[in-house]
Amino acid sequence: MTTQKDLRNERLAAEPLVPAGPVSGFVGGTADSVRGVWRYRELLDLLVKRELKSRYKDSALGFLWSLIRPLTQLLIYYIAIGQFLGAARSIPDFAIYIFTGLTAWGLFSDIISTGTGSIVANGGLVKKIYLPREVFPLSVIGSAIFNFVIQLVILVIAAILASEPPSLLGWGYVLLGTILLLIYATAAAFLLSAINVYLRDVQYLVEVALMVGFWLSPIVYAWSFVHDALHSDLLNNLYLANPVTLAVLAFQRGLWVAGAGVPQPTDLGLRIVIAVAIGLPILWLCQRVFARLQSNFAQEL
Amino acid sequence: MPPIVAAPSGVTVVKVAGASKRFVIRKEKSLKERLVNMGRSRAHKDDFWALRDIDLEIHSGSTVGLIGPNGSGKSTLLKLIGGILQPTSGTVEHRGRLAALLELGAGFHPDLTGRENVYLNASILGLSRKQTSQFFDQIVAFSGIEPFIDTQVKFYSSGMYVRLAFAVSVHVDPDVLLVDEVLAVGDEPFQRKCMDRIRQFQAEGRTIILVTHGLDAVADLCDRAVVLEHGQIVLDGDPVDALRHLRADFEAMRQDDIDSQRDEAPQEIAQARVTGVSVTDPGGEPVTVIVPGAGLLVNVDVAVDGQVTDPVLGISIDSMLGQVVFGINTRLMGLRLDPMTGRSRHTFRLDDVRLGEGQYTIHAAIARDGGVELNRMLNGASLSVHSKGQSVGFLNVDTEFLSDQPRIRVD
Repeated sequence: MTTQKDLRNERLAAEPLVPAGPVSGFVGGTADSVRGVWRYRELLDLLVKRELKSRYKDSALGFLWSLIRPLTQLLIYYIAIGQFLGAARSIPDFAIYIFTGLTAWGLFSDIISTGTGSIVANGGLVKKIYLPREVFPLSVIGSAIFNFVIQLVILVIAAILASEPPSLLGWGYVLLGTILLLIYATAAAFLLSAINVYLRDVQYLVEVALMVGFWLSPIVYAWSFVHDALHSDLLNNLYLANPVTLAVLAFQRGLWVAGAGVPQPTDLGLRIVIAVAIGLPILWLCQRVFARLQSNFAQEL
Repeated sequence: MPPIVAAPSGVTVVKVAGASKRFVIRKEKSLKERLVNMGRSRAHKDDFWALRDIDLEIHSGSTVGLIGPNGSGKSTLLKLIGGILQPTSGTVEHRGRLAALLELGAGFHPDLTGRENVYLNASILGLSRKQTSQFFDQIVAFSGIEPFIDTQVKFYSSGMYVRLAFAVSVHVDPDVLLVDEVLAVGDEPFQRKCMDRIRQFQAEGRTIILVTHGLDAVADLCDRAVVLEHGQIVLDGDPVDALRHLRADFEAMRQDDIDSQRDEAPQEIAQARVTGVSVTDPGGEPVTVIVPGAGLLVNVDVAVDGQVTDPVLGISIDSMLGQVVFGINTRLMGLRLDPMTGRSRHTFRLDDVRLGEGQYTIHAAIARDGGVELNRMLNGASLSVHSKGQSVGFLNVDTEFLSDQPRIRVD
């Protein structure tokens, strides 16, 4: 027994004293935050699984529900906008067109809407134990990606059945678009989840903003409609400055094979690369704001 | 007396230097309220210092109890040490692996099975999946709920829930364990198991920092106690001193309550005080040291201002940690006393006081109307018992050893 005690003492004496909780420096803390999340990567994995397992537990259809929602949306938009309003006449393979947009948008809105409430929802844990709080918004991303991948698989199957499989270049666009969506959605989830702790109005505000955001991107209508309606270059470029719009367009270019002949914005690849380049510092900034705000999470919940 | 282990000169594992914690209590939370009150926001904020200038060093291998009345800041201090809260000023540092046993089952998800929750909770406490798999059987065995491990935890009884949570917590391998009010869980056999595990932790040289209202647990487990009041450390040292200090404080608080009650109805309730407690031998000579089996007279002096109807007088012999070893009062003895006025002396004659070796204190109390307490004098008198040192514990019983095998020679 004594030896065990002595061994522990010896080992402890060799370790440095470390500050309790997160390192607070605004710039210097970055590496610490990343290290913290990395150390808890197994927990992240378990939290994602918890999220997925508990979401449709005790329901007979289970995971099918996560497909029924977007498929219903697809049906509504296909009939109402495509057939009644006549959008399908100028957009070939309209169903695939909509589903492509919905899949991209679904990833983005899923992360933001669930991510915003993630800290508050896990308040019990945040108040009781110290762990890098970034894991909560990040775990939301994990389960959103899971749903996204399922939808993507269905989409690709549908695309193959309708015309032909996406090209390699097409996949490149999808990948770029996904990266773009993840960067901006993660940044927003960090920022909004932290602010939501202090101001619960944020989660309702986000719902409204997402509703507007849905119509700001060419998901159920074609980009060419906007292009024709907005006569100024400035407004057009402004419309294309929206990273979600860029991602949706990239998805459509990649997966909506029938739309190859439809007019598309120029320099889409370049625009995305620029958006990614701008997005990375924004993501970093949002994470730092999160790190700054998290020191008071436990007392605000 | 519980064995009080002198703190080994270990390494500093927790160092709190000049730490203060201020809470801002805002009275509104929504955007609308904040906008409406923006100009007057000062009036809608309250500052509250939960902790002020705390300096504390804790060495490895010690078991420290943080005690104090409700709202004294002890839980806040524990959260600062655990890194859950950040100090407003000052620093908090620690060394080695820290695990917090704060409110059991905080990381449990009701829709997951016991098995899934074990992995999740262990991971939250910092155990890797491999380590958890290694400990899994032990954890389940410790919790004693094998048949239900694959049931969703929302169907668990609260006892099963807590058992599983505790089982996970104690299998994490911490250098410093933070415990907040969770020892009193489960049924008695399980509690004993928990206590055994904590003692094992102590033997392994782990540091335990304990926040509790169970003062007996502090007396039982800790080798150091820190008393907090209004966010400040008022006493840091031997648990016996700390408990005595805290009990005296509680007594003062209770007395204040009684006084304020009296202020509300001044004419009805008389003032009464126990003015003195003294111990003498049967012949009336004052004593401070007795041998087991001696007789004792305990004299209680009472001063009453007005009249106390249906009075009850009581005494008790307490251990140094404040546990009642023996207590008796006139009501328990089946006596009804006449109304009491003025100054008076009352005597309890105790024949054959078979106390074990040790230090004891005697306290006395007076109550009205068959049990509403008016006044209590703690530590009214002290008493040492000197025996031949043949036994331990509060009781000293004459014992003879008999055996059907040849007797062992007495040396």
